[in-house]
Amino acid sequence: MNLKRVGNQTVVFANPPVILSSYSVVGPKEGQGPLGKSFDKVCKDGINGEKSWEVAESKMLQEAMQGAMDQASIQKEQIDFMLAGDLLNQIISSNFAARQMALPFIGLYGACSTMALGLAVGSMLIDGGFAEKILVGVSSHHDTAERQYRLPTEQGSQRALSAQWTVTGAGSVLLSSSGVGPRITSATIGKVIDFAVKDVNNMGAAMAPAVADTILNHFQDIQLQPTDYSLIASGDLGGVGLGLACELLKQSGIDTGTNFTDCGVLIYDHTQDVHAGGSGCGCSSVVFAGDILKRIKAGELNKVMLVGSGALHSPTSALQGESIPGIGHAVVIEK
Amino acid sequence: MDDQSSPKPAIPVTPEKYQKLTEQYTPKPTVVKNVILAFIVGGIICSIGQIIINFFISLGLARLEASTAATATMIFIGALLTGLGIYDEIGKFAGAGSIVPVTGFANSIVSPAMEFRREGYVMGVGAKLFTVAGPVLVYGIATSIVVGFAYYLLH
Repeated sequence: MNLKRVGNQTVVFANPPVILSSYSVVGPKEGQGPLGKSFDKVCKDGINGEKSWEVAESKMLQEAMQGAMDQASIQKEQIDFMLAGDLLNQIISSNFAARQMALPFIGLYGACSTMALGLAVGSMLIDGGFAEKILVGVSSHHDTAERQYRLPTEQGSQRALSAQWTVTGAGSVLLSSSGVGPRITSATIGKVIDFAVKDVNNMGAAMAPAVADTILNHFQDIQLQPTDYSLIASGDLGGVGLGLACELLKQSGIDTGTNFTDCGVLIYDHTQDVHAGGSGCGCSSVVFAGDILKRIKAGELNKVMLVGSGALHSPTSALQGESIPGIGHAVVIEK
Repeated sequence: MDDQSSPKPAIPVTPEKYQKLTEQYTPKPTVVKNVILAFIVGGIICSIGQIIINFFISLGLARLEASTAATATMIFIGALLTGLGIYDEIGKFAGAGSIVPVTGFANSIVSPAMEFRREGYVMGVGAKLFTVAGPVLVYGIATSIVVGFAYYLLH
């Protein structure tokens, strides 16, 4: 039993699944950011010619998944399962994209950690022999998230300096049991950690302990250290959360060094008025599908750990005074 | 593999200690800058209101009627700027300076109206119109009733 599980929370794949292709679609703000060139498609505006932001988000997700299939010249019929998730209530962006894709569909909710969760679950399905090809897709949209979690978008108010900006974007990754490309070699499934942060304008702080815990357990399980990786990227801790995660890891005896970064810090620059950085499941999915995978393929990065970070609260739980539970899922990708 | 013997590392920080760390790492709000900007922008909005009042008085309206007409004009301007997507940009910059005047109240009604139009005119606009302004109305009206009652008893 437990042949592929190592330590407490980690799985090491016997036949590491291959990332055949990836595709990223983003909104204009992300396109203007420092990683703008790494994305496959930049939309002119957030509504993208649709009747609502929700429809626009779902179409972006569809487009990303179709794009990943096209890039690998894989037909829909060859895909065994579609794994997708987003931030909206009842994950409607994914459900509606799945309606169009007409593939066997597994909906996932890991808040902003969904890309890492999808890669981990997809890899387990492939390595477990349940599938040959899996399409993972994850999206978020600034305006759909604002109206669900916060205020109407035209409401004139000031955002806290620790607040983050939900990324408009969808990223998709095509996993396969065989082929050529970077491989997912291991995954660490995170525990829900709650350090009693209640401020919904400081989600980086709420998620940092979960990310630190997952990284700590990953190194413990797999007996490696940060220097064994060319890049460790958290999903969307932002500036505040990244600082806190580094501090927590330092206090746990792990020196994160200089190769520890965060997708939410990378995606925007200081002139874009996003305060603590990017957030949302789109954040890590487009940075991974765009920038990170391209850098792995170019040989710039050898071994990368992506730690998706999720804040598992809802507007209702926040209003009722509950603190924000966090989660972090790690996947390791090797060239 | 004997899982029972695997050590389970945990972060050696208590939630209480973490709260202190969070405060240390979270940037402080720029209070002084916010207050000054709110004062300037709020002042400008109120000055515009005063100019409009004077304009209506010069047209021959009585003082009270001129203020009522000016309030209606300011509400219109606030609503228009919200519809044009400008008021939220002012709000980002001015904070309370653009929330407190009546233009801010107009913004807090028009922005949900625009936002929830796609959910229909009854359950969208109708039900969500007061999501932002509702608490202000409820407690504003409740307070005015209490004050009015006290005023009645004292006179």
